[in-house]
Amino acid sequence: MPVDRDVENRVTALDDLQRRSHRKPDPGDVPIVIAPAQSFASITDQISGFVLTRKVPTLWWVALVIGVVASINLLIAVTILFYKGVGMFGIQIPVAWAFAITNFVWWIGIGHAGTLISAFLLLMHQSWRSSINRLAEAMTIFAVMCAGLFPILHLGRPWVFYWLIPYPNTMTVQPQFRSPLVWDIFAVSTYFTLSLLFWYLGMIPDLATLRDKAKNRFVQRFYAIACWGWRGASHHWRLHDTACLLLAGLATPLVVSVHTVVSFDFTISILPGWHTTIFPPYFVAGAIFSGFAMVLILAIPIRSVYGLQNLLTERHLNNCAKLMLATGLIVAYTYALEPFTAWYGGDRFEMDIVHNRAVGPYAWTYWTVLLCNIAIPQLLWLRSFRIRPKRLFFVSAVILYGMWLERYMIIVSSLNRDFIPSSWAQFAATAVDNAVLYGSIGFFLLCFALFVRFLPMIPMSEVRELLPFSRPGGGSEK
Amino acid sequence: MSAKLYGILAEFEGPTELLHAAEELRAHHYSNIEAYTPYPIHELQEALPRRNPLPAIVFAAGLLGAATAWLMETYIAIWDFPINVGGRPLYSWPSFIVIMFELTVLFAAIAAFAGTLSLASLPRPYHPVFSVDRFKAATRDGFFLCVEARDPLFDPRRTMDALEDLDAVGVWELEE
Repeated sequence: MPVDRDVENRVTALDDLQRRSHRKPDPGDVPIVIAPAQSFASITDQISGFVLTRKVPTLWWVALVIGVVASINLLIAVTILFYKGVGMFGIQIPVAWAFAITNFVWWIGIGHAGTLISAFLLLMHQSWRSSINRLAEAMTIFAVMCAGLFPILHLGRPWVFYWLIPYPNTMTVQPQFRSPLVWDIFAVSTYFTLSLLFWYLGMIPDLATLRDKAKNRFVQRFYAIACWGWRGASHHWRLHDTACLLLAGLATPLVVSVHTVVSFDFTISILPGWHTTIFPPYFVAGAIFSGFAMVLILAIPIRSVYGLQNLLTERHLNNCAKLMLATGLIVAYTYALEPFTAWYGGDRFEMDIVHNRAVGPYAWTYWTVLLCNIAIPQLLWLRSFRIRPKRLFFVSAVILYGMWLERYMIIVSSLNRDFIPSSWAQFAATAVDNAVLYGSIGFFLLCFALFVRFLPMIPMSEVRELLPFSRPGGGSEK
Repeated sequence: MSAKLYGILAEFEGPTELLHAAEELRAHHYSNIEAYTPYPIHELQEALPRRNPLPAIVFAAGLLGAATAWLMETYIAIWDFPINVGGRPLYSWPSFIVIMFELTVLFAAIAAFAGTLSLASLPRPYHPVFSVDRFKAATRDGFFLCVEARDPLFDPRRTMDALEDLDAVGVWELEE
């Protein structure tokens, strides 16, 4: 589908009009979140067309090929790792956590923005979220899948990973419930299950649309089974809405709690640089910060390749960018607070870690993190960086890199110099470390490409609700 | 096979007309009416009230999740596999809170999903409304209303007339 300049211009014009009018919106006003002059049928045909057509944009093939190649790469790296052992990573003592845990924290943090959009913004009646919702939720699920991989790869004997789960066993051994590592198993698996159920439940009505529009018999059968025979009865909608609202209510505390539990993995240890109470809010803000960067990195190319400017408008980019800026400022605050608490606490080792981070062997990571996560995101104060897709894409990519490096810095620069100088050592990443990191990015890309091709990437039923004539008495479509 | 009627299906122009028809039929004491729309219409759900036990089910499942987690952790930490960490109490309940919270959410989420499908009697691959070819529009831009034959006031002729009087754009008899 060609990029529809005309639609983009109309949306911009409307947005401008609304901004210049300086009028507070009335409670009854329908917010302009999608382009005007669309109908139930046009939206349905546009979105279902991406799935039911044979034509696929070239960029999709590029993403698929990169995804497949990188996933094969991941598979090879994991095979080597499992065959030779965890020493194939560059880890040793004292740096026993490095790439794998950095990747875990990074990926799981990325997922949080999806949940924030799908759950928290639903409870806040932010109707603009509707068109970006499904993409963001899919991102959450694939990010959590990638995240879940790493703690298992990092185990000495990954084939017995299920020992982490309490179950009656012949060894009569059970997990230690006072350990945050056990909490983490429950937090991440609950998060994944809930995200998957929420995503799938929301998708059922759209899968029914695909069933009814498919021409090919096999395709029709596939979506008929996937949608469970949905027929849009008003009682079913009532149950569906209630369930979505309840799941949103359940998912909202998870936005805060999952990364809090992840941060407990660090804070409950006594290592200087980790053992601090600022970590839970610090991690949560960082998670949402990096998550919005990933949402934008995915949404910006999809928007232009599939001609979705009528549904993913400048308003969406602007709102996501503002949320990114706000969470980025929270992250900046915690960066400032870390040296302060170390100094105010007066602990010798804490002060040494602050010093080590700024001028030690990993000083380059510290200063790059400050540049990527604090300095460059300030460009988002400028409106053009919030609504121009290329500029926003650039800032988002910088943030995503900066947030990965931040976790690397927290982990490695705290571990490499512990209490006794004789045990100090540097960490160096190996080929397996790199292959697993890039492989997981490729696997994520592969999952996302398949999602965009086979599932409705924009919730059609929710977008129909955004049309001005969708409410009874709201005027006629014709 | 004798053609037993399931009900009468009518299509309406848009949400306004559909809501009007539903309210009129309710005012005439029809009780077994179901509307089919491409997106949720809250006014319609109010016009066609049904009991919705889902919140109670989800709440109960959440409580069950919390209780399960607490019992599991307490049993394992005190009796099944006690670990003495520097003489700290075995029943260290503050560290049990995280998993209690997680299982509350997990059980409630599974109940919300399974509850929705089972209360909606899904999966149901075939339903009489699917026999009408035009019904494919119900997931795109069609607004339908079905008066079911089990309604005490149902009479094929009179119901059909009533629906046509309400400006239905199409009316179909549905066989069971």
